[in-house]
Amino acid sequence: MTVLTLPAQPGQNTEPAHLPWQRMVWVTWRQHRSMLIGVTAVLAAVSIFLLIAGLKVHHDYSALINCRPASSDACATKNSSFNNADWTMGNTILILMNLAPVLLGIFTGPAVLARELETGTFRYAWTQGIGRVRWTIAKLTLLAVVITILAWAFSQLFAWFFDPFLGFEGMNDLAKTVFDTRGIDFAAWTLVAFTIGALLGMLIRRIIPAMAATLGVYLGLDLLTWLVLRQDYPVAIDTTNAGLFNGPSTPNSPWILKTWTIGNTPWWRYIPVSRFWPMQLIESGWLLVLAIALGAATVWLVRRRAA
Amino acid sequence: MNVIETADLGKRYGKAWALRDCTLAIPEGRLAALVGPNGAGKSTLMNMAVGLTLPSTGTVTLLGGMSATAPAMLQDIAFMAQDAPLYKNLSVADMLHLTKNLNWRFDHARAKARLVDLGIPLKKKAGKLSGGQQAQVALTLALARRPRLLVLDEPLAALDPLARQDFMGTVMTAMADDGVSVLLSSHALADLERVADFVVVLGGGELRIAGDTDELLAEHRLLTGPASEADRLAGLLSPIQVKRAEAQAHLLVRTGGPASAPVPPGWEAHPVSLEELVLAYLRPTGIGSSSASFPRTELTEVTR
Amino acid sequence: MTILTMPAQPGQDTGAEPRAVPWQGMLWVTWRQHRGLLISVPATFIVAVIVMLIEGPKIHHDYATLMACRPMASPACQQLSNYFNSTDWHEGNGVHVALLAVPVLLAMFAGPPILARELENGTFRYAWTQGIGRLRWTVAKLTFLGAMVTILAFVISQLFTWFFAPFLTTENMTVLSPSVFDARGVSYAAWTLTAFCMGAFLGMLVRRILPAMVATLGVYLALAAATWFYLRNHYPVSTFWPMQFFEADWLLILSVLLIAGTVWLVRRHAA
Repeated sequence: MTVLTLPAQPGQNTEPAHLPWQRMVWVTWRQHRSMLIGVTAVLAAVSIFLLIAGLKVHHDYSALINCRPASSDACATKNSSFNNADWTMGNTILILMNLAPVLLGIFTGPAVLARELETGTFRYAWTQGIGRVRWTIAKLTLLAVVITILAWAFSQLFAWFFDPFLGFEGMNDLAKTVFDTRGIDFAAWTLVAFTIGALLGMLIRRIIPAMAATLGVYLGLDLLTWLVLRQDYPVAIDTTNAGLFNGPSTPNSPWILKTWTIGNTPWWRYIPVSRFWPMQLIESGWLLVLAIALGAATVWLVRRRAA
Repeated sequence: MNVIETADLGKRYGKAWALRDCTLAIPEGRLAALVGPNGAGKSTLMNMAVGLTLPSTGTVTLLGGMSATAPAMLQDIAFMAQDAPLYKNLSVADMLHLTKNLNWRFDHARAKARLVDLGIPLKKKAGKLSGGQQAQVALTLALARRPRLLVLDEPLAALDPLARQDFMGTVMTAMADDGVSVLLSSHALADLERVADFVVVLGGGELRIAGDTDELLAEHRLLTGPASEADRLAGLLSPIQVKRAEAQAHLLVRTGGPASAPVPPGWEAHPVSLEELVLAYLRPTGIGSSSASFPRTELTEVTR
Repeated sequence: MTILTMPAQPGQDTGAEPRAVPWQGMLWVTWRQHRGLLISVPATFIVAVIVMLIEGPKIHHDYATLMACRPMASPACQQLSNYFNSTDWHEGNGVHVALLAVPVLLAMFAGPPILARELENGTFRYAWTQGIGRLRWTVAKLTFLGAMVTILAFVISQLFTWFFAPFLTTENMTVLSPSVFDARGVSYAAWTLTAFCMGAFLGMLVRRILPAMVATLGVYLALAAATWFYLRNHYPVSTFWPMQFFEADWLLILSVLLIAGTVWLVRRHAA
């Protein structure tokens, strides 16, 4: 990187219009170093725990399914022990995993802009040569990419951890709490949480209220998706064929969204397990569009904000 | 070329105008002092000049006609906000590196040398420096960008007299060596009296007066005479300020030109100091004291 | 240098301590400084109450219908069962999870900002040099806010006990199942209080808000996990109410220690 070190004559204006984007890599890193290291460290610590716990869970599960004879007392004990100890832990972590995107989002999103506004350092940052728009775009993009990648990797590890539990409690890939934690969905939700945080940070201009607001908005969006949007993804099938739902729940059972009756005939709306990936792509797709829109809105706000 | 030009510039927050009807032109190469009490609109004016705030009305252009919000403008203007905002948890060296990355022009070697000269440890976190040191770091960063215009918002407010002297010394040297134009605000005129060669007086969100220091001082007179004639003379001369003290009255008037206009009999004319001038414009008591501009009077009209 | 000395008048306080500033003043101070918290927590509480009062009767009704349905293996009863196990259960579980998340969120958002914010901003230099003194200031704030959150938590856990009752049968849970145990009796209020005290203490220890929030989250989760998977197995009692009281006791002791620790840190903090 060449930096001009000769004193320029006042009046000379030979530089091209915009500074290269790479400059912002160091700027973003140095300013948000603690945050990035903190997030990585926390995810790493939890990952180590998931690894250790996961090995135990996998071991207990394979011991359970390989247990012969299947109806003996010894195998029944294994079953109930898996059901209690392992499943309790697994379910708890599952719930926490569902909260992870918003937790990641509230500790990263608001910090980008709200802190500058709260402490007044935006008066330095936005009067530098690079200009406030490029500064914002670069920061948001760099941080979003890093956080999304970390989130994706973390969710892959969790998916491995949780695999033995599929089929328990009538769960499979498509149950909302499970679906959100695997594939690319977890990363997409984390990205959206981050961008919600950044936008609210810019709007509210103080970190803690922005964090609380991000929590609220995210939960609202999550609830909306679960209760409303998911019912209508174009992957669901409506049927009157009750026979599909009679067997025991396995990881391959179809996932029922809702049931209703017309006249005397009961109807079911369900998603077959084979449609897991289409559903992931649909949901991650609109989440990505939303994240980009939120990012654009944030940049627009930065552009027109008066001190 | 004018480094800053405003036309009817105004800024409103809700219903209250922080600045209104501000029209001025500051030529280049000056150290322009922006003075006025707290809340007069100095920060508002500066924020608009550096593009941090958008005007509600009017325009502000810089360096010969560039819009204050043009991206190119940021290359040639350096701003130091009130309280010298630096990133508290970054070291001084980090702040240098940061500013280098965010700008085209940055004289890293010179900035470093200057900080070492001042005895400011480069590894120390900016938040742990003293007020004077923070101000010097912020100034160093701004100057190292080799701007054509340096805008400083109340940089001296938190500094002790020694630190103020050092700070102003740095500013003056930069002006002499690099030809930087400077706009500097303060609510304490004493700091700037001797060095400012252009003065802008803001009061209550209005521009009271602006101009070259020398010209302003030459154009104003303090007339001292019997209090009994004060009202009659005030009616004729439209003074900026009238002060009475028992038998004597003082009228501060603005004349059309320099020195030798005849003075009314029984009255004496004295030159005014910059401080007297500024205070008078901030607390005018003459006719027309609420308008933005004050009428000039030919003293020759008075003598009959 | 001349020192002005005046003879003391008889009747004047000579060497007696000035009266301490009364506690009530801190009520208004706490309200004004933490208005956001004092509004959002009760508001959330009210929302939760409303949700449970609307959905609760429906859930109880569905459950009663289900239990009374005969013959049990018929398609109609199966349908009822499916419905209760999916839609109703999701609602119930949702409220359950939300409720369990509250103590930890409270710990994060309420605890650290009380003290860490003053330290980060430097406003403690104002607050701690006022007439009331830094110890009273701290104790008053912690007590008022702590009492509020604890009382609200207790009330809501009672309502939740009623709300969630039908699921104990259908989901094969008992009152001793960890997540259920936590949400009823006195346990919920005790955990909420502990979470709050933990947040305040870590805020004072770490002195910067965001790191304190992360630390609080981690410590709380670790303590909760340790309790669920280990400590509860080693209680000297094993039925519901004795366990509840035992747990509430040690949580209360922990809270008091945390408050004492916080006050001690405030006391010895040298600007």
